[in-house]
Amino acid sequence: MDQAIIIEKGIFIVVIFAITMLFAMYETLAERKIAAWFQDRVGPNRAGKGGILQPLADGLKLFSKEEFFPNTENRFLFIAGPAISMTTALMTSAVIPWGDKLTLFGRDVILQATDINIGMLYVFGVLSVGVYGIMIGGWASNNKFSLMGAMRASSQMISYEVAMGLAIICLVMMTGTLSLGEIAAGQHGWRWNVLYQPVGFIIFLVCSFAETNRTPFDLAECEAELIGGYHTEYSSMKMGFYLFAEYASMFISSTILAVLYFGAYNYPGMDWVESVAGANIANIIGIFVLFAKICFFIFFYMWVRWTIPRFRYDQLMKLGWKMLIPLAIANIIVTGIIILLADQNL
Amino acid sequence: MLTLFYILSAITLGTAFLTILSKNPIHSAIYLVLCFFSIAGHYLMFNAQFLFIVHIIVYSGAIMILMLFTIMLMNLNKADEKNKPILSRIAAVVAFCLVALVLLATFIKSQPVINEYKVSGQDFQSIKVLGQVLLNNYMVPFEFASVLLLVSMIGAVLLSKKEHINN
Repeated sequence: MDQAIIIEKGIFIVVIFAITMLFAMYETLAERKIAAWFQDRVGPNRAGKGGILQPLADGLKLFSKEEFFPNTENRFLFIAGPAISMTTALMTSAVIPWGDKLTLFGRDVILQATDINIGMLYVFGVLSVGVYGIMIGGWASNNKFSLMGAMRASSQMISYEVAMGLAIICLVMMTGTLSLGEIAAGQHGWRWNVLYQPVGFIIFLVCSFAETNRTPFDLAECEAELIGGYHTEYSSMKMGFYLFAEYASMFISSTILAVLYFGAYNYPGMDWVESVAGANIANIIGIFVLFAKICFFIFFYMWVRWTIPRFRYDQLMKLGWKMLIPLAIANIIVTGIIILLADQNL
Repeated sequence: MLTLFYILSAITLGTAFLTILSKNPIHSAIYLVLCFFSIAGHYLMFNAQFLFIVHIIVYSGAIMILMLFTIMLMNLNKADEKNKPILSRIAAVVAFCLVALVLLATFIKSQPVINEYKVSGQDFQSIKVLGQVLLNNYMVPFEFASVLLLVSMIGAVLLSKKEHINN
């Protein structure tokens, strides 16, 4: 029995890893295709049918590039930077519930690598450790532009983590749990959290743009001022790791948005499907529903990139500290009062 | 389980020593981060998940990053290193010994509350129990800690304001 669980979880983790990588790969293509669509161009269409092999060609190119080391005495840290970024980008997927439990070969298969009590805090822990990848890489490059880019990126990430945490507190107050599995299960059918916590959702959304260093908050790689930001000195696959980590974390943060606020694997009419076709079919549809939501949020990320221009650095800090944090605190107070009133009426 | 404890302890002690011994301040800070991670591992061995993750978020994720920030921006090198007078060195050692004494005394004298929970069969590591204990039994110290944080925050704001006026 014990061995069966280890094998089951092992297979599951490998599948999740493969899916994350596949998504990160095809996000690069989707980004370029969507950019082309917004700007009325064709986009990459040479490698394969409609550019379907473009990510493979990009990867091959990155692998075959010269591996450049800047003049630094910290070669180990220079290599550790992208490695930490990549690792932390992939670690979060361990606590995400990808679907309700399936019954295969007479066993209940729980579609979550591990459902720890503190799932939500785990996500935050991994996020805060992810800053090290950028910081160490930027510092070890021994380049002022890299250092400034790293400083910007990490101070931005730290600042927005605060507002993000405060936005999440409302959700925890409402659901009374920190486990992502229970939060997902609590949004059965149409009871999606976004309907109860619209302000919290907007704060969380803005913060996740800042956390993944995406436009309009991609000041870390503000080309006009900082060349390439913290990865100026990087080349070959180390550079690829940084870029890949960004896309992987975009996929993960889309997943977290979908799980926390947009009902995870729940969809309206799931009870009806379950009564007609059985629990397994309903839950498999649920997995597809979750991935549809994830794809929507990934598209949303790219949509915003070509809609809103980049913020100035002081504007970014002002938005984070002077607008989002007070708004999040007000949201906590209002949520608390409403929960108290609702408890008294019952 | 015991081997895991020994490995973790070795990492904790080793990185702690390296923190003090390494010449480069950035390397010191990074070793300290590793040290904090291994301490978090000790928490996990007690199955104290909440303490584990809070330790990582607060110490490794927030405090050490801010520390790295300051070190990177100040660009410390050997030339800037001030030679401290012997008196302040002795004072530092004495202060450290006193703190160690207090810590040791608390650890020896303290009553392990865990036994009560073990008898009642409550899940004493869960956030629910921890929150109840903090806000029922230890309400006053808890609030004092928050006042302390507020005071230090106001102090930091005041310091930055003062510099601004002088410029």
